Amino acid sequence: MAESIRLEVVTPEKSVVSESVQIVMAPGSMGEFGVLSGHTPFLTTLKTGSLKYKDESGRERFVFVSSGFAEALPDRVTVLAESAERRKDIDLQRAQSAVERAEKRLQSGDRDVDYIRAKAALLRAISRIQLAQTR
Amino acid sequence: MPTLKEVQLKIQGVKKTKQITKAMNMVATSRLRGAQGAMDGFRPYAEKFTEVLGSLAEKAGDEASPLLIPKEDVKKIHVVLCTSDRGLCGGFNINLTDRTKKYLKNHPTAGAAFSFTCFGKKGRDWCRKNNQKIVDAHLGVVGSKFGFNVASTAGKKLVDGFLDGQYDEVYIVYSEFVSMAKQLPVLQKLLPIPPIEKDETEDGGSAEYQAEHICEPSPEELLGDLLPRNVYVQIYRGLLETSTSEHAARMTAMDNATKACNDMIDSLTLAYNKARQASITADLMDIVGGAEALKG
Repeated sequence: MAESIRLEVVTPEKSVVSESVQIVMAPGSMGEFGVLSGHTPFLTTLKTGSLKYKDESGRERFVFVSSGFAEALPDRVTVLAESAERRKDIDLQRAQSAVERAEKRLQSGDRDVDYIRAKAALLRAISRIQLAQTR
Repeated sequence: MPTLKEVQLKIQGVKKTKQITKAMNMVATSRLRGAQGAMDGFRPYAEKFTEVLGSLAEKAGDEASPLLIPKEDVKKIHVVLCTSDRGLCGGFNINLTDRTKKYLKNHPTAGAAFSFTCFGKKGRDWCRKNNQKIVDAHLGVVGSKFGFNVASTAGKKLVDGFLDGQYDEVYIVYSEFVSMAKQLPVLQKLLPIPPIEKDETEDGGSAEYQAEHICEPSPEELLGDLLPRNVYVQIYRGLLETSTSEHAARMTAMDNATKACNDMIDSLTLAYNKARQASITADLMDIVGGAEALKG
């Protein structure tokens, strides 16, 4: 078994993941990257998307992250995200209604609509749904 | 001397009041626990965030972002005022508004224009009464459960306003939760972001930070991304602290009220017993007097 590395995913509300893992794959803003134990110190912002890791028994696990950044050190990876949840905690219904809401807002042609925000909300909801449906 | 009936009614009234204050005390206690939980949940994020920001700021220099550069002529000042929505929490809100008033009064630049973002109804009402300009008011946030998005939405507006030149300086007034018995009103600068304190402790934790990070994108860009978030983090913390303080203040206030009710009930019961005794004595005197007269 490969040497393990500590993964911490924290949001302002709570700590989502805190465990020893084998490998972490994270959606960096300049491209996806993987971290194994002994990684060079590395700091990057993250895209909205899914973070993948293998836990100590080798099972793949997924975590949704948005608006965050990650810091990799030789023995641990810390992800700070404004929102994050494990795949099993994703509320599919809520995400689906969020998609509808955001699409309606984008299509309304209303001047008051904050397009950037609506788009970001749409992106978040879609990646949540995608993640929840991957098997 | 009040009649027996009157005193009895009064005792009943005070007892009812005591029930209410006691219930409010218990509600505040349980809410306080929730608020403290939220604060505990936030701490790891805040600590890590400050750590990373500190090491980045060191690398990127002091003028890497427009958010760091103080404006020369400070004329437009914005204050984020966090108060509670509801009263019955002692001097809690008064302390916060007094702190704000003091700041406005002692401000060195003459002719500065102030504007406000209010969290909480009490602060909003205070601003209205004092004819202050309210840009934004958020009710139903402080004292209940709220997410980080509340802080980031409000914070984004402030950052944009600062960059547009709408505000020259932005402050936040909130109540720091020191302990159950002590809540301090605090005024803190949000924008321009004050020089970030560099971590100078030399224990193991910070030693790693001497190591050079590879940054993606560049440290300057990363900092540009993190600094606005720093404002949101500060606002979120302010709101959490204020919520916790509000519940603690209400708990103390309601505890005192319950005690006052007890004292009042005691003294009223004494008065009631005295009055009852007096009437018994008077009745006895009548009977004895009447019996004497019959005998005579």
